[in-house]
Amino acid sequence: MKQLHRLLPRIASGNLITAIPWFWLALFFLMPFLFVLKISLSEAALAQPPFLDWIQEIEDGLVTIQLNFGNYLLLIEDDLYLAAFWGSFEIAVISTLLCILLGYPMAYAIARAPQHWRLPLLMLVILPFWTSFLLRVYAWIGILKNNGLVNQLLLTLGIIDQPLTLLHTPVAVYIGVVYSYLPFFVLPLYATLTRLDTTLLQAAADLGARPWKQFLTITLPQSLPGVIAGGMLVFIPVMGEFVIPDLLGGPDTLMIGKLMWTEFFSNKDWPMASALATVLLLVLILPFVLMRHYEQKASRQAQES
Amino acid sequence: MFKRHPFATTVLLLGLAFLYLPMISLVVYSFNESRLVTVWGGFSSKWYSALLDNKPLLSAAWLSIKIGAINACLAVLLGTLAALALVRFSDRRGHKSLAIMSAAPLVIPEIIIGLSLLLLFVSMERLIGWPAGRGQLTILLAHVTFSMAYVSVIVQSRLNHMDRSLEEAALDLGARPVTVFFTITLPMIAPALAAGWLLAFTLSMDDLVVASFVSGPGATTLPMMIYSSVRLGVSPQINALASIIILLVALAVLITGLLLYRRQRQLPHP
Amino acid sequence: MTTPNSAAALTLPDEQPIVQIDKLTKTFGTTYAVDDISLTINKGEFFSLLGASGCGKSTLLRMLAGFETPSSGRILIDGQDVTAVPPYLRPVNMMFQNYALFPHMNVAQNIAYGLKQEKMPRAAIRERVQEMLALVQIDALASRKPDQLSGGQRQRVALARALAKHPKILLLDEPLGALDKKLREQTQFELVNIQERLGITFIVVTHDQEEAMTMSSRIALMRDGRIEQVDNPRRMYEFPASRYAAGFIGSVNLFSGQVISHDDDLVQIHCEQAGCELQVHHSQPLTPGMDVTVAIRPEKIAVRQQHQNEANSTQGIIQEIAYLGDVSIYHVELASGQRLQFTQPNVQALAEQPLTWGQQVAIHWSAFSCGVLTQ
Repeated sequence: MKQLHRLLPRIASGNLITAIPWFWLALFFLMPFLFVLKISLSEAALAQPPFLDWIQEIEDGLVTIQLNFGNYLLLIEDDLYLAAFWGSFEIAVISTLLCILLGYPMAYAIARAPQHWRLPLLMLVILPFWTSFLLRVYAWIGILKNNGLVNQLLLTLGIIDQPLTLLHTPVAVYIGVVYSYLPFFVLPLYATLTRLDTTLLQAAADLGARPWKQFLTITLPQSLPGVIAGGMLVFIPVMGEFVIPDLLGGPDTLMIGKLMWTEFFSNKDWPMASALATVLLLVLILPFVLMRHYEQKASRQAQES
Repeated sequence: MFKRHPFATTVLLLGLAFLYLPMISLVVYSFNESRLVTVWGGFSSKWYSALLDNKPLLSAAWLSIKIGAINACLAVLLGTLAALALVRFSDRRGHKSLAIMSAAPLVIPEIIIGLSLLLLFVSMERLIGWPAGRGQLTILLAHVTFSMAYVSVIVQSRLNHMDRSLEEAALDLGARPVTVFFTITLPMIAPALAAGWLLAFTLSMDDLVVASFVSGPGATTLPMMIYSSVRLGVSPQINALASIIILLVALAVLITGLLLYRRQRQLPHP
Repeated sequence: MTTPNSAAALTLPDEQPIVQIDKLTKTFGTTYAVDDISLTINKGEFFSLLGASGCGKSTLLRMLAGFETPSSGRILIDGQDVTAVPPYLRPVNMMFQNYALFPHMNVAQNIAYGLKQEKMPRAAIRERVQEMLALVQIDALASRKPDQLSGGQRQRVALARALAKHPKILLLDEPLGALDKKLREQTQFELVNIQERLGITFIVVTHDQEEAMTMSSRIALMRDGRIEQVDNPRRMYEFPASRYAAGFIGSVNLFSGQVISHDDDLVQIHCEQAGCELQVHHSQPLTPGMDVTVAIRPEKIAVRQQHQNEANSTQGIIQEIAYLGDVSIYHVELASGQRLQFTQPNVQALAEQPLTWGQQVAIHWSAFSCGVLTQ
């Protein structure tokens, strides 16, 4: 009994420490999704808030519940929504690949740089991340517009004689996405690369492998879990990105994020926006699971070496 | 470094140029006399003075700073609790669900977070009357929710790398678990807490999407103001604002870097 | 190792039990890290838990400290059952293998930490810290931080910190592992010195049998979670209880044979491997025909001029010589093909060795210099 009395505070404090964040997240992170689901099954209405509740009438013990699947049906039938999902997917995939292509060599260079260069280089990569995301996307407007930097430069150099339409095109969106999400990929990948066992490379060299071969057969496969995890870290948020397609994209840049915003703010169609959100969430479950899996794989690898 | 990895280093330099040119252009054009931001009309600092007279913008900035600071404090508190729970009490109930719930906000698109939280607040208001209306409070609650996830990741990493035997030694010397936490664990994870605070502050200051959903009349944050301004095109005052922010961040990063560098060098061996 | 002024004190440590381990078991999943161990350690002893890695010695130590909860069994310290008592309430302190010095505190603060938890008055703490600094001879390092100290200095701080509270028992986890040979020898001497001065019971975990032999008053040899043998160093060496114990400590020659007869405490053993009959002094009764192992330590074997056909006397050809400066180890191949080791001190500094490779040599030993092992 005396022992229980001593152990009790230990058990209690451990549970309390777990419980506090758990309840906060359950209330403010998890529950909202349930509401999204609920409202996606309602009907839009001219009311405040702009949707009809499930429970339509309670009269003489008779409760009428009305579930509206219309939003989901519309989603499937109307080409617009499918096109938006596909557009988001396309942009997310291509930007992720671009981030990998650009970000991997960057992370590698920093990881293999002399020790006293690494911190400054990392700071250089991190600094843009700490300045405003919004403002940096805004900066591209000034660069890409018709009388913007790029066009002025090309015109002055005589490479073109008519300004190129760069702003409000898919190209601008790709530039914006890669620009904004590059640090998200470089930093975790850098962490993975620095934890790789360099003695493996020495062993490979000793056995006759040239540097490129060493990279292809040892470093690359070993860093793959980190690459996939980092890629998902870019892919998942970009699927639902709003600001970049809104500021840099054009009317033909169809992305789910933009569509959700329009449905919500312009059309005041909360149920439709909720339905879109629900579907997007479901679509993102698989990438999320993949990311967790490869994150854990990468950290397990690091622990072993 | 260039000699040993020519390809990677080239890409690194190009990448850094890519990252910095837009910011440099922002700064350069903030001194442009001409209103047409990208057409150079001469050097002028008039946009900075215009900025200082822009009352709505300044009050939006102040609101963002307020919310950012309070959010950072709460996020560090909740995020550290979550990190402790995940690393030190991994055998308790709710561990797995906590792990997922504290990892998800990092990747879930902001638009989903914003929409879902608004729906929550609306429904809660109808059910129990709180939160009454949307504004500063709802923005704060929303920001804390995703900020704590970021803080949790940072603190978890530090906790994982911490030498457990230090805590055992403290226990062995007679310190109760609570004392061990405050005298040993906390000082050792303090850098992570500081980094988490800064990160949470930055995320809050920078958030547009979530704030747009959960905000209400009278609570306009700085990003919201900037957004409504730039939707109409480039604006030189925004450039000026951007330059100030870049300068502040650059200073902060420089100072932090110098401090870290000096600490690294201060490890003498007799 | 005995120091001149303590010979009397060390030969007979107080026979009062201070630690009683009663049928202690610790399982991790299906693995038995510690398997039903019962052990008594007496006050004032310098007690070593010796064994190869994975034998369970560290787990046992951690259970004594309170960092692992036993799966079953009890631990009593000074008569009190402490099995469920958390580490911060036990009269035990530990010196960690990696020292575990608090990096954000200086040396003095590290040493004072345990005393602060006891709510000692500040003046008393300062005094005690000074006492400890003097004990381990690091007076000048009080205001340095751990990262400004060398490995040996950190070890002293760890020791001082663990002793500051004057615990009844000090646990040491591989205390000399990180030190180089010279420093290790010096520190062994100092550790024993300090232990005698303070009269605290030391329980040391080590994998180094030389270390255990040098410092301990008693050794518990562990293997696969169980205790193989508990004895003082001399008996451990001269009278090992099993083949494992014989082979673990020092070098040994092992021969298999069958008992021929056992009269008057003398056992006659038929041994083909040795190429002669073995005669061993052994008090426990053995039945004729029984398979036994005979252990002969290399230094107990002497060279003779001529081979005689009698018990405990054989000959062979020298295959290898290891010259260690003070002694030489000779590897001899006997007629049966079995190898045997014997050592000879290099009494004279001669340019050539009296014994060389390929030389036939006759060797013998006394019936009182070997042992019969039944396990």
